Amino acid sequence: MTVFDVAPTVAHIEPSAPPKPPHKPLLQLFFGDLIASVLTVSTGFLLILMIPALNWAVLDAVWATDDPSTCRDGGACWAFIAAKFRFIIFGVYPPDEQWRPLLVMGLILAMILASLSPRLWGQRLIAAWIACVAAMLTLMWGGVLGMAPVPTSSWGGLPVTLLLALLSLGLGFPFAVFLALGRRSSLPIPRMLSLMTIELVRGLPLVGLLFVASILLPLLLPAGWSIDKLGRTLAALTVFAAAYLAEVIRGGLQGVPAGQIEAAKALGIPGWKAVWHIVLPQALQKVIPPLTNTAIVMVKNTSLVLIVGVFDMLSAARVAATDPVWSAPYVESYVFVALIYFLICFGISNYSRWLEIRVQSRSYR
Amino acid sequence: MKNWKLATAALAAALSATAAHAGPTLDKVKERGRIVCGASQGTVGFGSPDDKGYWTGLDVETCRAVAVAIFGDKDKVEFVPLSGQQRIPALQTGEIDILPRTLTWTLQRDANGINFTTPTYYEFTGFMVAKSSGVTKVEEMTGASVCVQTGSTTEVVVNDVSTKLNLQLNPVVFDNVAATRQAFFSGRCDALITDAAALASVRATQSDKPDDYVIFPATKYMDALTPAVRHGDDNWMDIVNWSIQALLNAELYGITQANIDELMTSDDPRVKRFLGIEPGNGKALGLDDKFAYNIVKQLGNYGEMFDRNLGAGSSLKIERGPNRLFSDGGLMFPMAFQ
Repeated sequence: MTVFDVAPTVAHIEPSAPPKPPHKPLLQLFFGDLIASVLTVSTGFLLILMIPALNWAVLDAVWATDDPSTCRDGGACWAFIAAKFRFIIFGVYPPDEQWRPLLVMGLILAMILASLSPRLWGQRLIAAWIACVAAMLTLMWGGVLGMAPVPTSSWGGLPVTLLLALLSLGLGFPFAVFLALGRRSSLPIPRMLSLMTIELVRGLPLVGLLFVASILLPLLLPAGWSIDKLGRTLAALTVFAAAYLAEVIRGGLQGVPAGQIEAAKALGIPGWKAVWHIVLPQALQKVIPPLTNTAIVMVKNTSLVLIVGVFDMLSAARVAATDPVWSAPYVESYVFVALIYFLICFGISNYSRWLEIRVQSRSYR
Repeated sequence: MKNWKLATAALAAALSATAAHAGPTLDKVKERGRIVCGASQGTVGFGSPDDKGYWTGLDVETCRAVAVAIFGDKDKVEFVPLSGQQRIPALQTGEIDILPRTLTWTLQRDANGINFTTPTYYEFTGFMVAKSSGVTKVEEMTGASVCVQTGSTTEVVVNDVSTKLNLQLNPVVFDNVAATRQAFFSGRCDALITDAAALASVRATQSDKPDDYVIFPATKYMDALTPAVRHGDDNWMDIVNWSIQALLNAELYGITQANIDELMTSDDPRVKRFLGIEPGNGKALGLDDKFAYNIVKQLGNYGEMFDRNLGAGSSLKIERGPNRLFSDGGLMFPMAFQ
């Protein structure tokens, strides 16, 4: 692009700084040619259009109040979010036990931070994750170590959103690897089974799967059997995630040169070991961007569980907004929830970019 | 779609037939230590969690009354939030024990695997219009445009009313509740039609100036919102029925949460039977003889419950109307508590 691209390498031979590009006069920058003029005018117009929104969100907004009726005129009612913050984040979880979902979210954050660097990836980290998930579920359920039991119907809010996203991806991933390997297998039965599973699940909308899991499945089970509603929802999300991840991983597998596996065979490395240690790591490296994409989609997909009555963050926000004391602050609730989703998804996508650069630079070394 | 419905119904019938041979619900509930109750996904006044996540509302408290009858504790209930489509399968498959979720008593539902207990709320379809329009009854609505939700029973009502009274109403159809309501408040149509109780709650929650709107009935027909139980466990149905009857009878006898302990010395044989001083009622149902006393002590009578959740004591301010006792000119009819 410009000279700035080489700046870091020459930075130590100060003080001869790289020459700056010549300044264009402002007028020429904004109205230099037809395209620039059109863009300037339309951007200005858009900015003017945004003034009412800005007024609503900032200037006319009620930031803090004890009296909900002050929110009735005009601006955004952020005081509502402050009042309902606990409910939107923790849903119907008993307030006395609130430290438990809080700790769960802390654990998730800590584990994610600990897993950021690829240097730490390995069997130990997987074991740590399994132990951590077990600890989180124990914390949420309770019933041991003097913690009051909390049925899954009382779980809610952000912890449910995070747990559903994490578990559906985590449980879906191993399945996805098997499905992807199966689909590329030379044996006809595993290939057909994988193909059918993937195509069937990908051919159904997630909403349909959720309905099957939450309404039809209990009717098909023998009387007296009932699987937990949250568990059924998680199962549907997992199957969905697995099918999509499988296709992504298959793309990576196809990108690994056939010579790799032939070389492994020539060295006498048994088939599964060759796949596990040679083919898969290379395949996964190639598909980091689409994997991230699937992860982001799954985080957002968890909000669909509201149609089957699981109290995730979005459901909690919707219920909070129906409180008649406040004057229908739907927009504020949705904006707040959208912000949280954005932070999560933006974090994932930034991380993936960082990871991609790192992984690439290592493979080029 | 039809085949799917038939298959579901057939499955449900097969399942409910086997459920009859399973152990009674009461045993299961006692073993579990709590009843499991189907709840809505947040309908203010009927069932929604408050800021602390504590479930409140008329439907919710009906469940709490049953919990008090069995365990003497209104908090021994687990509420499972269910969507409209999920609620009946959830009851049929035993995921929940009672379904009080603004459920209208209809022939099709009654015949297909569930039993209705005692109505807890009567409602009629209503219109809401702006006060400034000057319209106060259906006959004056000639040519009005009406915001209506597609696929709902209210769509049928609009057509029926329009044809019958020759009003030439223009239905403006939307595919979801939120959009329908928003369209009305933004002035897209002259009137909004839906259940009158829901209208009252919409007016209280979603309009900037609730006093600018009036609500009036659309037809003379009513729906009875009634908690339901599964087919095949008569004892359980009796328990739910008489937990609700205890609430209604308490109001008839003038027993309230506040005065119930004073009435323990009452000479009235009806009151004595109700409070369990004269034993027999509870035992007949397999419950504690003081179950009715416990219900009123913890939750109050039906009138108090209505007032707290829907009426003057709530932010919804819905009038008792048809939900008054028969003795006050309403439809609520307590059965003999003996």
